[in-house]
Amino acid sequence: MDKLITVSPSPHAYGDDSVKRLMYGVVYALVPAFIISLYFFGIGALIVTAISIVSCMAFEYLIQKYLMNARPSITDGSALVTGLLLAFNLPTNLPWWIIIIGALVAIGVGKMSFGGLGTNPFNPALVGRVFLFISFPAQMTSWPEPVVSRLQYTDAATGATPLGVVKEGLNAGVPMSQLLEQIPGYMELFIGHMHGCLGEISALALIAGGIYMLAKKIITWHIPVSIFLSVFVFTGILWLINPYDNAGPLFHLVTGGLVLGAVYMATDYVTSPMVPKGMWIYGIGIGVITVAIRVWGAYPEGVSFAILIMNAFVPLINKYVKPERFGEEVKNG
Amino acid sequence: MIQTFPKGGIHPAEDKFAAGIPIRVLPLPKTVNIPVSQHIGAPSEPLVAKGDKVKTGQLIAKSNGFVSTNIHSSVTGTVTKVDKMMDSSGYKRMAISIDAEEDQWEEGIDTSKTLNRKISATGDEIIRKILDAGIVGLGGATFPSHIKLSVPRGKKAEVLIINGVECEPCLTSDHRLMLEKGEELMVGIQLLMKALNVKRALIGIENNKPDAIRHLSSLASDYEGTEVKTLQIKYPQGAEKQLVKALIKREVPSGKLPIDVGTVVHNIGTAFAVYEAVQKNKPLIERVITVTGKKIESPSNFMVRIGTLVSDLVEAAGGLPDDTGKIINGGPMMGKALKTADVPVTKGTSGILIVPSDESRRKPVLNCVRCAKCVSICPMGLEPYLLQAATEFKKWDLVENERALDCMECGSCSYICPSGRPLLDYIRLGKSTVSKIIRSRKQ
Repeated sequence: MDKLITVSPSPHAYGDDSVKRLMYGVVYALVPAFIISLYFFGIGALIVTAISIVSCMAFEYLIQKYLMNARPSITDGSALVTGLLLAFNLPTNLPWWIIIIGALVAIGVGKMSFGGLGTNPFNPALVGRVFLFISFPAQMTSWPEPVVSRLQYTDAATGATPLGVVKEGLNAGVPMSQLLEQIPGYMELFIGHMHGCLGEISALALIAGGIYMLAKKIITWHIPVSIFLSVFVFTGILWLINPYDNAGPLFHLVTGGLVLGAVYMATDYVTSPMVPKGMWIYGIGIGVITVAIRVWGAYPEGVSFAILIMNAFVPLINKYVKPERFGEEVKNG
Repeated sequence: MIQTFPKGGIHPAEDKFAAGIPIRVLPLPKTVNIPVSQHIGAPSEPLVAKGDKVKTGQLIAKSNGFVSTNIHSSVTGTVTKVDKMMDSSGYKRMAISIDAEEDQWEEGIDTSKTLNRKISATGDEIIRKILDAGIVGLGGATFPSHIKLSVPRGKKAEVLIINGVECEPCLTSDHRLMLEKGEELMVGIQLLMKALNVKRALIGIENNKPDAIRHLSSLASDYEGTEVKTLQIKYPQGAEKQLVKALIKREVPSGKLPIDVGTVVHNIGTAFAVYEAVQKNKPLIERVITVTGKKIESPSNFMVRIGTLVSDLVEAAGGLPDDTGKIINGGPMMGKALKTADVPVTKGTSGILIVPSDESRRKPVLNCVRCAKCVSICPMGLEPYLLQAATEFKKWDLVENERALDCMECGSCSYICPSGRPLLDYIRLGKSTVSKIIRSRKQ
């Protein structure tokens, strides 16, 4: 035979999944939440998102090209997702230079210093966010009013998040029933009509995107469900014990960054466990730590910290939690 | 209820282009190269020399040890060579080359098409006949069938499982056999049941073959203890352990065989060969082979004499397309890529697949993003990403403890990986290294 043919070991067929498809799937899933954010926060949402994405992708490109001497891989979409998620975790009135610092920390420290995609132990977007949160506490905790003027950016009028209102109120000794009057009803909270970070406000849109990711097999249900369940149960117990000083479980589910964290940040492939049983341990850990910070901690919100803390346990979980092996024990059914 | 195995599995594109094409008898080839090692175990011992005249069905190499079997001439003609020739592995191995003339069958072989339902042989006679006829597992593993039927002392078979799953994409030979040789299959299954001394046989068929399920179900009603089970489509359901789990909900333990949970699995093709061997006295000298591919002119199912060159077979299906990137012996998931089409088909060849060049290259390899897809689809409950990394860094203890040897090389992990990582390639390396280490430990 005169023609050269390929000889390679099996399999000879491949699925159509690619890292790129998975990453862009996350981007599509975040679109509804972004639209809601545009509706409530206007131009600020657009500016913050654009700066965050562009600077994350630029830092990834520059670091890969000039520091790591590697072929830049910004087209795989992972820097885009990091940029988008970082933006979703920032207030929409954040000055542009703080966003760029956040992007540098997220990509430079959170991702590239460990070797790039696949090797970072902590969620890069959260590394960036928490760095900013600790470095610029004032700017990071002033949230614009939803729907006042859609054309204001850093000059927007601000207020506290529902979680902040509750935390401050309870610290001051105000009973829960009075505090609930100061914040919108559950339905409005669910749709996203509240103070908060750019992309965290609308549980509805975030869950819709989550269902899309489940349908496209981008994520599995284990991590979000275990986080929601553990938060629900833990806050439910506290609320049953003392309804005067504790917000109800539904309130905890729809406020703050819980849905964004549970569906989009905790499910980050690189920094979450490999086996369903491990995902449960990880998810429950995040839920419990989140509630502990919210209820007893100094900060009103704790999802970011909870995810980062559990990220640190992931290698340990992967080492000790193994999948159920086939033929481990004789099962005669 | 439609059953399946619960853990892992994937759904590759089926691409069964030849499913509706009836089996055609391939015209006699001019030459056949019959390797003496077409089965797992010791190569058979050649009984003929250059210049010998042989008849179709004549024994030309005999079983050489317990795990071995007989090999018969698939044509009538003159032996031209008994020497090392390239086989489908790409290596040169001992084979017998015969120039074919007009067919003259060895005496005592019934070549008529008449169905012979009456079973007169005893169980031991059936097993003897299967060894004499050189029957091996035709699903691809080519383990000598008589050994599987000789149940070791202290173990007992309760049910016979017939593998009509054909979960491998593209292949349709078993499907056609079920449609066209249903009665013969049923008799073959009765023979296997008698040899094993079991009263029950389950035929597992995936529900992408509803015609075969209907046909065999209607036939099965005439045969006591035989039942067709519909299975959900999922690869690798045709793997022995997965099929046992799907049909009788028992898990074959690590390192054990189906007989350890009271069952024996045989392929559809094997059941047909058993019918021919026992009822027609015909040794295994031909089998059904699918020739297919996206660019091939007429995807076909052929009844092919063992030893026919792949090139002859492809020629009969319209020739090798200009756009040929790979020639695969078997299906796309577990088949082996051939170095050339000038190698013979053997007892284990269930199909020849021609892959166009744009589908022959692998995707670029990216970093592992730990998406856990390989873990979730592994039908054996292993962690392919970990086995790959452990092999790459030569952590052989870890490879062994993470049970690399349980891997049956179904290829689901490499198939699903979004980063295009060569997971199975590394796991194979890990497996063979660990096997060597274990062997040296025993010495």
